[in-house]
Amino acid sequence: MNDIIFKIGGAFLTAILAFTVGMFYAGLRRKITARVQNRVGPPIYQNFLDLLKLQSKRTNVAHGFMGHMAPIWIIIAAMTVLMFIPILQNNLWFENLTLKGDLIFLLYMMVFGSLGMALGAGQTGNPNSAIGVSRGLSQMVGFEIPFVMALVALMLQFKTTSIADLMHFQFTSGHWIILENPFAFLAALLSSLGMFRYSPFDIVGAPAELASGPMSEFGGKYLGTMMTGGAVFAFIKLVLFVDLFLGGAGNNSVEGIMGTGLGLLELLLKTFLFYMIPVFVGLVSPRYRTEQAIQFFWKWPSVFGILAILWALYKNGTLL
Amino acid sequence: MSEKNTIGIPTVEEIKQAQIDFSPRCTAAGRVNDKETQKMVDYILNFARKHSLFVLAYGTGCGAIEIPATMTSRYDAERFGIRGAATPRQADILMITGYLSTKTLKRVIRVYEQMQDPKYVIAFGSCTINGGMYFDSYNTIKALDRYLPVDVYIAGCMPRPESVIRGFVKLQELIQKGNAGNGECYRENLDWYRENQQKVIKNWDFPENYNW
Repeated sequence: MNDIIFKIGGAFLTAILAFTVGMFYAGLRRKITARVQNRVGPPIYQNFLDLLKLQSKRTNVAHGFMGHMAPIWIIIAAMTVLMFIPILQNNLWFENLTLKGDLIFLLYMMVFGSLGMALGAGQTGNPNSAIGVSRGLSQMVGFEIPFVMALVALMLQFKTTSIADLMHFQFTSGHWIILENPFAFLAALLSSLGMFRYSPFDIVGAPAELASGPMSEFGGKYLGTMMTGGAVFAFIKLVLFVDLFLGGAGNNSVEGIMGTGLGLLELLLKTFLFYMIPVFVGLVSPRYRTEQAIQFFWKWPSVFGILAILWALYKNGTLL
Repeated sequence: MSEKNTIGIPTVEEIKQAQIDFSPRCTAAGRVNDKETQKMVDYILNFARKHSLFVLAYGTGCGAIEIPATMTSRYDAERFGIRGAATPRQADILMITGYLSTKTLKRVIRVYEQMQDPKYVIAFGSCTINGGMYFDSYNTIKALDRYLPVDVYIAGCMPRPESVIRGFVKLQELIQKGNAGNGECYRENLDWYRENQQKVIKNWDFPENYNW
């Protein structure tokens, strides 16, 4: 009984945490971008104000059933994925649903939100949306291949498909997977540049070119809901990378609420440091064309992915 | 004084007549909201609205050249929460930068009606106030508020980025008081606006209903 209360309460806490942290990181990114460009920039709570304003719009135009469903679909996908990510390890509240094979499940679920977006954008009939969707799906074909290779390497090396097991290994052995299999980390890192869709891979939204792409016809509450989904998804990606490669968070021996607090602090530190990589790459990069982006992902990240699998097999003892 | 002079400058009588006929229906002054009537919810929402302004900078005329300067590093409008919006659906402010030819006016009206309430219009430069240097042009409109409800005017030819930011701050004050945003007023007075619009737009092919 107690277990279920912790699960349900933890689910609510996780959702609130993901939303808050995701929105603050988006605001922080705007602030950092401004400081790099020698500007003052908006306050870091700016995205909350944007969201409140968008949700308080008095009229909202929908373009049919899928156009109405797309933002809801994105939110549902984001929340479903979030529930399968262990936020903190060895913590009653933030462990969430851990099951065997959730790494494979996540691979499928993480594209579910983009699918909803594509269907909704398709119904609006805006040509910019159609171009954005085709670009997004092409880019996904690009970055999914090195990402899957990196995950397969981890699965081969540690003989598990559970994120919790990978975290547990890093906790008990004391070795982070970034050192155990550096090639897998490199492949995943480079494909994360595509996942975050910042420059040079912002070909989907493409400011000043596609007029925000798939979101062209979505305004008001629809745009606000999409923003929320995007913020939660950013948090999911960051926590997933920290869980898989940077040892996860919450591995302290402090008991009770202090331990949870320390774990969350550790999580924020690690996710923030990881988040800065795509942000800073984006700040100094122009935009690729679609075929250049796909070529990029199929060159070096894929090579690192193959090396990661070979490395995993070598470490495993099955290669030689 | 009653006969028209040769280059088409309107006489004093004509201007007076025009003011009687065409006095704008939706202005900020016309919707004075008593501060006591604002509830706490209104206060919070207006606070969010005034600090999060997505601008659709419709580059109709030469005034569009001042927008990049306002948005980028030197004047940095983003510190007020002002950022560009890509499409009318996402935008709060329609910024009319400069003169409007009758051909452009048609597009601007269409863009304005696609925006979602509450929506604001900033008329930028002398050309939107009285025609500016195009006062005697045959195909530009002279006063924007006969065709669209305007919240804030920014005078000048060109207004410098400081003036533009002053205009934004003025709009923020109006939003906090609850006086800005004339979308409902535009819909209520749609007949009056449509009549004026159809006077200058010759090839009128808009849908009958206001339903975009």
